[in-house]
Amino acid sequence: MSATTIPTTGDTPVFYQLEEEHHEPGGSTLLGFWMYLMSDCLIFAMLFAAWGVYGTSFAGGPTSHELFKLPLVAVNTAMLLFSSITYGFAMIAMQEKRQGAVQGWLLLTALFGAAFLGIELYEFSELIHEGAGPWRSAFLSSFFTLVGTHGLHVTFGLIWLFTLMVQVARKGLIPANVRRLQCLSLFWHFLDVVWIGVFTFVYLFGAMR
Amino acid sequence: MSADTHGHAGHHHGHGHDHGHDAPHSTRGGYITGFLLSVVLTAIPFGIVMGGWIADTRVAVAICAALAMVQIVVHMIYFLHMNSKSEQGWTLMALIFTAIIVVIALTGSLWVMYNMNLNMMPGMASGAGM
Amino acid sequence: MSDTLIKMIFGRLSLESLPLHEPIVVATFAGVALGGIALVGALTYFRLWGYLWKEWFTTVDHKRIGIMYMVLGLVMLLRGFADAIMMRLQQSMAFGANEGYLNAHHYDQIFTAHGVIMIFFVAMPFVTGLMNFVVPLQIGARDVSFPFLNNFSFWMTAAGAALVMASLFIGEFARTGWLAMAPLSGLDYSPDVGVDYYIWALQIAGVGTLLSGVNLVATIVKMRAPGMGLMKMPVFTWTALATNILIVAAFPVLTAVLAMLSLDRYVGTQFFTNTGGGNPMMYVNMIWIWGHPEVYILILPAFGIFSEVTSTFSGKRLFGYTSMVYAVLVITILSYLVWLHHFFTMGSGASVNSFFGITTMIISIPTGAKIFNWLFTMYKGRIRFELPMMWTIAFMLTFVIGGMTGVLLAVPPADFVLHNSLFLVAHFHNVIIGGVLFGLFAGINYWWPKAFGFKLDKKWGLVSFWCWVVGFWVAFTPLYVLGLMGVTRRLRHFEDPSLQIWFVVAAIGAAIIAVGIAAFLLQIFVSIRNREALKDESGDPWNARTLEWATSSPPPAYNFAFTPIIHDLDAWYDMKAKKAERPVTGYLPIHMPSNTGAGIILAGFSLVCGFAMIWYIWWLAAASFLGLIVMAIAHTFNYDRDFYITAEEVTETENARTQVLARLGA
Repeated sequence: MSATTIPTTGDTPVFYQLEEEHHEPGGSTLLGFWMYLMSDCLIFAMLFAAWGVYGTSFAGGPTSHELFKLPLVAVNTAMLLFSSITYGFAMIAMQEKRQGAVQGWLLLTALFGAAFLGIELYEFSELIHEGAGPWRSAFLSSFFTLVGTHGLHVTFGLIWLFTLMVQVARKGLIPANVRRLQCLSLFWHFLDVVWIGVFTFVYLFGAMR
Repeated sequence: MSADTHGHAGHHHGHGHDHGHDAPHSTRGGYITGFLLSVVLTAIPFGIVMGGWIADTRVAVAICAALAMVQIVVHMIYFLHMNSKSEQGWTLMALIFTAIIVVIALTGSLWVMYNMNLNMMPGMASGAGM
Repeated sequence: MSDTLIKMIFGRLSLESLPLHEPIVVATFAGVALGGIALVGALTYFRLWGYLWKEWFTTVDHKRIGIMYMVLGLVMLLRGFADAIMMRLQQSMAFGANEGYLNAHHYDQIFTAHGVIMIFFVAMPFVTGLMNFVVPLQIGARDVSFPFLNNFSFWMTAAGAALVMASLFIGEFARTGWLAMAPLSGLDYSPDVGVDYYIWALQIAGVGTLLSGVNLVATIVKMRAPGMGLMKMPVFTWTALATNILIVAAFPVLTAVLAMLSLDRYVGTQFFTNTGGGNPMMYVNMIWIWGHPEVYILILPAFGIFSEVTSTFSGKRLFGYTSMVYAVLVITILSYLVWLHHFFTMGSGASVNSFFGITTMIISIPTGAKIFNWLFTMYKGRIRFELPMMWTIAFMLTFVIGGMTGVLLAVPPADFVLHNSLFLVAHFHNVIIGGVLFGLFAGINYWWPKAFGFKLDKKWGLVSFWCWVVGFWVAFTPLYVLGLMGVTRRLRHFEDPSLQIWFVVAAIGAAIIAVGIAAFLLQIFVSIRNREALKDESGDPWNARTLEWATSSPPPAYNFAFTPIIHDLDAWYDMKAKKAERPVTGYLPIHMPSNTGAGIILAGFSLVCGFAMIWYIWWLAAASFLGLIVMAIAHTFNYDRDFYITAEEVTETENARTQVLARLGA
């Protein structure tokens, strides 16, 4: 132990903080939520890995080239992208403390999200109707699981969004609600990032096979 | 590391402001830029595949994959407000770490399974399925 | 009632699901039921339910949650060890004409349950419990970042453990081995509820593990006392940080792969089937992407404990702190690059196998560096042979051998011979018992006085120590020998009588370990009885070096009346050396989180939902899932989650402490 390792502030080091500093409740929330998202990222990574391994295991059944309807996917991608920008505007309204505008943009976001889900469910039901359900082949299992997991996240995002709208209506843009809106913002945009992977690696590449 | 500066004085300082002190400040311009870039970066790959702009599939795949990567970065910057400063760099560090693990797990799985198919099921490897 | 109606109400649960034909299980059930009734009766008689609910079950205090994790781990250790000793007994008997006393159906469940329980419900709760208790104290924080989540995480872990325990008496557990490898774990080969119990127990506990990982990372990143830069963090906190990063980045992989297995079983997807384009080897691949980091999730905190103990009981600063930190970080990354060494024999070819063989050998380098750091810390130190130090030395001797057999297994051609043999079983018990478990015992003996204000009895501690160490070697050396002779794992019956002697020796070893466990329980019992004699009022019984010893034992709910300011590594040693004055006036109200019952209720819904899914009771699954969602949303409407401990209360607590310290100093 050498003397050089002891930095002091002045002659006598201070060892206790006598003034209670104000610890913001929820000061760790955004970082914690971000780490949760990173873990979610790894769930999707494994589902993408499964898609990578099984993407061509058609087992004599229908192939991705035959099944995927790209115009539908394009519309769906547009829905999600629109919902991203509307959520962004909700966040800006929140910064400007315009509660009504926040609620309006959130509602619009929810509508786009719901449209996305509706189109996805329509696509799924069509596929199952054609005899291309998730049990048909490993290719379809991994397809339904990956896209379905994303859809499930959107569903929970919507539930969360409506919950937050009620909470904002009741309590206003108090710090706790602002924090929650920021978390949902991360969640919502994160789902859009995952969707980039889905439409590129699943739909576009699948259609090219 | 940046947290080392989390010393005495800096500590008091960091807590003084309003609640969203670490939260990113978004701007309308930023969102619109991100949105327009995303539209372009989405339209091109859909055009390539649906319109058959590029005949060689391998080239098409490479371009689409590259555009997806670019678009992910665009979303990260304009929508998720990633930068090296938020939360003293911890969010970015978490993101980089996750990206490394994702790459390892994804490419590793594909590499391992591809080689297994090659060795254990010759003739059936990649593409043939069962 | 018609059959369909009964099926709709009860799913596949029926009276035949109760294993009444297994006398061992029935006897166990009778014992557990009597014990349970006695416990419930005693709690009711002494009117302890209200106390338990208010002070423990709903607590958000990281110290109490940590202790609850330890209790859970201890209870499950007894169950897991009962499985172990049953296996040892069976294998030492079942030769030639003798079939032993366990049928195959039962034996297969036992080895599966043993592995699952020991990893997920013994090692994990113990490790999480210690981190929960120690880390906030070590970094000078009042609690973790998300106190409610902490409580919820614990109850989810407990709910998973409850499901595993339920499988003993209602239905059966998996018969697949602890990783439930496909296609054996698929519906074709395991149509009964065993694998479903496995899946839901791990998924529910996994949520708890993941959230507690997020929580502790956020705590370490955001809640450190002023002045504690990253390179001034105690080594245990460093290892806790690395472990929790690994949890956050590895457990989702397990969640994903188990979800795919569930889909195969419930929906009929084709991920791991032999038909329909599936590939069971993908299951093996994915589960080991989680599985290998999991090994380091367990061992890294143990490394942290050994570092604290070695430096404290050698009376020296830890040798090579910086290299220790970098070794931990290197291990964190490298642990993701070695997973294929668990299945070299899959047949990925020479290039893949050599890559993973080499990375596996590389990962032993930082671990070796750590061993040298501990040795150099001891070198020329004044070593006090207290119990934690004894465990640490036993660890070094044992773990090094376990590590070397591991490097041996990392050589692919050698692995082709030893794969799935008893050599492998001996190896991983050598590192998990010799590393993780010895570390946990060192930690329990070390931090017990901090948690309860009195030391653990040394005499019984020594009995436990010697029985464990000797018992371990007697039990597992024969398995190394048998493995080299080519005996594979998980066998219930043997033909070659020349092998029997080795299994008998191993069973004797297990019996010695049983004495060690009994001595450990006695140690706790005796210490509680003699708590006045073993009392430590100073808060620093070992003359230790890190911040948790700066406060009283047990610490007050708020940990530190004034947040300490850190100037040096080994902050408490620094404060003692510079005679830091403890402030005795001017206490302020302290902001603390309030207790809540939401965690236990949410976990209860999850437990019911999991149970209903296992037995195909769809209405109950849907109802409890709905309950879960509604309860979670309702909880978010509660904005009033904290309170202030008044300045008077703090003053009262701290004045008492001031008087004690004055008396000790006089």
